[in-house]
Amino acid sequence: MSEANYAHNVSYLDYKGQYKGLLGWIFSTDHKRIGLLYLYTMLAFFSVGAILGLLMKTELIAPGNTLMGPQTYNAFFTLHGIIMIFVIVVPGLPAVFGNFFLPIMIGAKDVAFPRLNLLSWWLYVLGILIVLTSQFLGDGPPDTGWTFYAPYSFRTPANVLPAVFGAFVMGFSSILTGINFVVTIHRMRAPGMTWFKMPLFPWTLYGTAWIQILATPVIGITLLLIVAERILGIGIFDPALGGDPILYQHLFWIYSHPAVYIMILPGMGVISEVIPVFSRKTIFGYKAIVLSTMAIAFVGYFVWGHHMFTSGMSGRALYTFSFLTFLVAIPSAIKVFNWVSTMHKGSLDMQTPFYWAVSFIFVFMIGGLTGLVLGSLATNVHVHDTHFVVAHFHYIVFGGTGFAFMAAIHYWFPKMFGRMYDLGWANLGWGIFFIGFNTLYLPMFFLGIQGMPRRYYDYLPDFHGGNIISSLGAWVMISGIVIIFANLIRSARYGQKTTEKNPWGGKTLEWQVDTPPTLENFEEIPVIEKGPYDFED
Amino acid sequence: MSQEKHHIVSYKTHVFVLLALLVLTALSVAITRVELGPLNTAAALLIACIKATIVLAWFMHLKFESRFFTVMVSAVIILFLLVILVTFFDYSYR
Repeated sequence: MSEANYAHNVSYLDYKGQYKGLLGWIFSTDHKRIGLLYLYTMLAFFSVGAILGLLMKTELIAPGNTLMGPQTYNAFFTLHGIIMIFVIVVPGLPAVFGNFFLPIMIGAKDVAFPRLNLLSWWLYVLGILIVLTSQFLGDGPPDTGWTFYAPYSFRTPANVLPAVFGAFVMGFSSILTGINFVVTIHRMRAPGMTWFKMPLFPWTLYGTAWIQILATPVIGITLLLIVAERILGIGIFDPALGGDPILYQHLFWIYSHPAVYIMILPGMGVISEVIPVFSRKTIFGYKAIVLSTMAIAFVGYFVWGHHMFTSGMSGRALYTFSFLTFLVAIPSAIKVFNWVSTMHKGSLDMQTPFYWAVSFIFVFMIGGLTGLVLGSLATNVHVHDTHFVVAHFHYIVFGGTGFAFMAAIHYWFPKMFGRMYDLGWANLGWGIFFIGFNTLYLPMFFLGIQGMPRRYYDYLPDFHGGNIISSLGAWVMISGIVIIFANLIRSARYGQKTTEKNPWGGKTLEWQVDTPPTLENFEEIPVIEKGPYDFED
Repeated sequence: MSQEKHHIVSYKTHVFVLLALLVLTALSVAITRVELGPLNTAAALLIACIKATIVLAWFMHLKFESRFFTVMVSAVIILFLLVILVTFFDYSYR
C-alpha cells in the first residue's frame, strides 16, 4: 500500500508512524491525537481538582476544624483554583475538541501548524509540572488563591514563585493554540466554505482564539511582575515602595475576565452544534449567533473592573464597568433565545448529549442572572467575596464549560473512538450529576446573601444548615462524575465497536468522514455548497 | 498554496528608514532637555509610536501586504488603546 493510500485507509488510532506505542502519541503532530493527549491530561488533573473540592466541601460540612486547618484549606482552594482554571477550563474545549474537530469541520487535513500544536501540549504539561513542584518545594504550598493578589502574593512566605511561573508557561500554550486556530480558520477552509457557511463551533473557536492571542500576554507580563516583585522588590505593586496594588488587579483581570469568555464561548459553540442536530431543525438565527459570538469576544475585554467593585476604584470607573457588564448580557441572551427557538417545534430526540445541552441552558441561565446581581453596584457591595460569588462562577464556569464539555464528549465520542458508550449509564450519570450539582451550588447563593464569606475554612453556626445540604450535594455530584467517567473510560476501551459515520444524523463535515477518522481526515477535500445545518431536505 | 508575491524593498528605502529611526531616537533623547511637565511622557510615547509604525510598515512589510492585514493590526491596536482608556476611568478620577 502506498503511503498516501495508507493514510487514507487507516484510522488515526491505528496509524503506524515513525514511533510506536506511547512515543507515537507524545511525538505525534496529528491534531486528533494531540486533542486526545489534552483530554487524558485534563481527565487526570480534573480528578485531582475535584477531589480537592470535595475535601473542602467536607471540611465545611460542620463548623470548626472538621478535616483540616486554615493553612491547609488555603492551600487547597489555591491549588483547586489553579488546576481548574489554568489546567482544565481555559484550554478545555479548544484544546480537546477544537484540536480534534476544527480541521475536520472546516474541511482541512490538519491545523495550519501541526508542530506548533504539539509544542503547545508540551508547554502545557511543562507548566503543570512546574505548578506541581510548588506543592512540594520551598516553604509550603502557595496560599494566595488562584488570583495571586498583591501585595499578599509577594509577602507570603509560601512557595508562590513556581505556581506563578507555571501559569506563565501555560499561557504560552494558550497563545500558540490561539495563533494556530486563527491561521487555520483563515487559510484552510474547504473551497466554498465562506465565513457564513462555517459551522458555529469553529466560529466560537475563532472568537476564542483572538482572546487567547490578545489577552494572554497581559497575564504573562503581570505574573512576571509578581516574580520581579518577589525577587527584586521593584515596587510596581508594593504600596510600601510606592506601588499600586489595585494596578495588579487591573492587569490581572484584563486577562482573567476575557479568560472567562475563553472558557464559555467554545462551550456555547458546542451547544449550538448539539441543539440543531437533536431538534432536527436548522439553527434559528445563525448570523445572530455568529455576531453575538464576536460581540461577546469584543465586549468581554471591557468588563474586567466588575471584579474590583470593592477595591477602591473611582466612582466613574465603577459605573462605567457596571454598564459595560450589563451590555455583555445582551449577546449572551441572544444565544439562549436562539437555542430555545431552535428547539421550538423541532422533533426533539432525547439523547444524552441533548440532556447535557438543555441542562447547560438551565444552569447557564441561573449563572447569568445571578451575574446581574453581581454586576449591579449596590448589590455587589453586599455579596462581594461571599459564597454568592462562589455559586455564581461555579454555575457559569462548571455549569457552562463543564456541562458543554460533557455534551461535547457524549456527542463526539463515537466519532473519536469508533466505539459507543452505554446510553443507560450515561443518562443515569447525567441525572445524578445534575441533581448533585444544583444541590451543591444553589444553597451557596442563600449562604452568600446571609453573609458567609468565601475562602474561610470555618463559619458561624448560623450558616450550618445550608452548608450541610451543599456538602451532601458535593458527594452526590462526585458520584455522578464517577459514573460518567467510568462509563466513558470503559467504553473507550471495550465499548460496542461502530463504524457508522453519522450516528446522530448531524449535517456538519465531521459526520461525513470515516469513524474513527483517517489520518488525513478526507480522501478528497470536499466542496461546500450548503450551509452547515441544512435540515430542510 | 497560492502564488505568493514577495515584495523586495530596495536598499535605498532601508537606509532612509534607518535614518528616520535614528533621527527619531535622537529626538526622543533631545526632548528630555525641554521642560514640558507631564507632556514629556506624552512626547516620548508619541515618538515611540511613530517609530513603531515605521518598523511595522517597512521592516515588517505591512505597507506591501493586502489592506486586510493593515485593518487587522489597526483593530488590535485600537482594542489595546481602548483598554488603556477604560483603565484611566479609574486612575484619572481616583
